[in-house]
Amino acid sequence: MKILVCMKQVPQKDAPLKLNESATWVREDIGYEVNEPDAYALEEALRQKEKNGGEVVVVTAGPARSQQVLREALAKGADRAIHLEDDRFVTLDAFNVARAIAQSIKDELFDLVFTGLQSDDFGYAQTGVLLAELLGWPHATIIMQIEAKDGGIRVKRELEGGYFQYVNMPLPSVLTIQSGINKLRYATLIGIKQAKNKPLRRVTFDEVSAALKPNQLTIERLYIPQKTKQTEVIQGPPQDVAKKLAAKLRDELRVF
Amino acid sequence: MAETILVIAEQRESKLNRVSFETLTCGQALAKQTGWTLEAAVAGNNIASVAAEVAKTAVAKVYAIEDGTLERYTPDGYVAALKKFIESSKPKLVLLPHTYQVRDFAPKLAASFGAVLVSDVVGYKYENGKLLFVRQMFQGKFAADVSLSGEGLWFVSFQSGSFRGDQVQPGQAPVEKVNAATGEIRTHPEAPFQEAKQAVDLSQAEIIVSVGRGIKEQKNIEIAKNLADALGGEIAASRPICDAGWLPMERQVGSSGQTVSPKLYLALGISGAIQHLVGMKGSRNIIAINKDAEAPIFEIADVAVVGNLFDIVPALTEEVKKVKV
Ligand SMILES: Cc1cc2nc3c(=O)[nH]c(=O)nc-3n(C[C@H](O)[C@H](O)[C@H](O)COP(=O)(O)OP(=O)(O)OC[C@H]3O[C@@H](n4cnc5c(N)ncnc54)[C@H](O)[C@@H]3O)c2cc1C
Repeated sequence: MKILVCMKQVPQKDAPLKLNESATWVREDIGYEVNEPDAYALEEALRQKEKNGGEVVVVTAGPARSQQVLREALAKGADRAIHLEDDRFVTLDAFNVARAIAQSIKDELFDLVFTGLQSDDFGYAQTGVLLAELLGWPHATIIMQIEAKDGGIRVKRELEGGYFQYVNMPLPSVLTIQSGINKLRYATLIGIKQAKNKPLRRVTFDEVSAALKPNQLTIERLYIPQKTKQTEVIQGPPQDVAKKLAAKLRDELRVF
Repeated sequence: MAETILVIAEQRESKLNRVSFETLTCGQALAKQTGWTLEAAVAGNNIASVAAEVAKTAVAKVYAIEDGTLERYTPDGYVAALKKFIESSKPKLVLLPHTYQVRDFAPKLAASFGAVLVSDVVGYKYENGKLLFVRQMFQGKFAADVSLSGEGLWFVSFQSGSFRGDQVQPGQAPVEKVNAATGEIRTHPEAPFQEAKQAVDLSQAEIIVSVGRGIKEQKNIEIAKNLADALGGEIAASRPICDAGWLPMERQVGSSGQTVSPKLYLALGISGAIQHLVGMKGSRNIIAINKDAEAPIFEIADVAVVGNLFDIVPALTEEVKKVKV
């Protein structure tokens, strides 16, 4: 199976996010990491390849810094990478990101495309589904298990409230992967060494711009959400905090 | 021509998903402010009773879009049916609840019109004739006002809990049955099922101590367990903790775990992503301990403890043991 994994670089979970001057985005002087569900998507692709043979290709659309995500994926075992490299990819809406990726792979024949189910920054949860629509392929979202079956695949979709559902589907298709589908591996030293010699194809903004349309979605203003609840803040030395909390639990909340 | 807002309600096995009422409440408010007409639609097979339930709200009309191919949800089936219907009814704005099902088909439906879905919206603003939708960004750390270009057709999905379903205006609307358009269905779903029955029923717990990724390592779960024991409560966790296998899945709280409403919910090192909040925001008292003063969990906490859980929790456990006797 030939599998494409779409990966995104997002701010680190603990990064102190600050608004930029126009309050439309965050300041970029922070640490970045791979979007968590995308890491699971990559792991799943590597496992499928180990089971069924084939090739794993990783793609990202983002500035120069996001190459790190591809390097890590190559070190973990991906065969090659595609980098749509330009700062402008950050400002595209989900439909345009999908258009750019679709354009960059138009000469390739994949059996499966994986994406994480959503990104930790925008959280649109759409790129995979839109990519399927652009490629004319079927899709399934929030996937927790994949097995090859009768020339196609059988996947386990997570539903709400603890329900699941198996779906049988043909190839090629697009799947969006949920965190926790597998256990992530670490890159090995050998892997990191080998990654340096693996092919990485750069795609410029101009190469895909003909496929793009004007963004339909514009972020007018980014801000810290207003609190809706009265919150009492307790701070201070741990001993004092613990005493205050314990007293509160006993006297106000009467939990014991 | 009068503009129309269309709410697409959700059903499964001919049962209305109650979250649809939240979207209807939003649609009613928007219709009032804009002067646009509000209609609703529901797609499926044998859904007369679902349509009748939606028709008891203040909307101009309810469409029951029916066909045997819609018996079990598929994205192909739903998009074929809804696309045809929207082409003929020509709404300006389509509103949906942001459910797993909507996440699955709505981007495709919008794309089939060349449009983008504004997903997971928590509110809207109508300023000087311009509509802005409010979305959470960075897992709730920021909110964004988002505008859409053009004059519609626009698609918007609303996060659960953003509007009050119990505040939907009652009414009596006519129901029109529509024969759904059909197309090729490429995916074949099997029946939904639940994993092995859950041994722990957190929904009955009075006190819950819940751990998140701030706990850092599996062995540190002990720290939280000690507090839970001292308080006589149950231990629970956010999803990443259960994904990692540090606690069993049945102790996960949130949209893909259990929904709890204890007297006391103590959140240790949990950031407060919406998928976690929907599972515990009904708790009577929420105390959150987090080292990040800006953590979204503090927005719904009654008591916000800003600090390092590794310093505070062991001290708290000792204090609880002292005051409890
Ligand atoms: C479809 C879908 C379904 C999902 N279902 C669920 C679900 O059912 N339940 C669920 O929980 N999540 C669910 N999630 C995941 C959810 O989006 C979040 O990723 C998850 O809740 C984050 O868990 P967390 O708060 O433990 O981790 P993080 O977001 O990483 O937060 C860790 C927190 O710990 C704090 N911290 C770190 N160190 C310390 C310290 N020493 N002292 C104090 N605080 C510290 C940090 O400041 C941070 O706020 C779902 C996601 C999706 C997309």
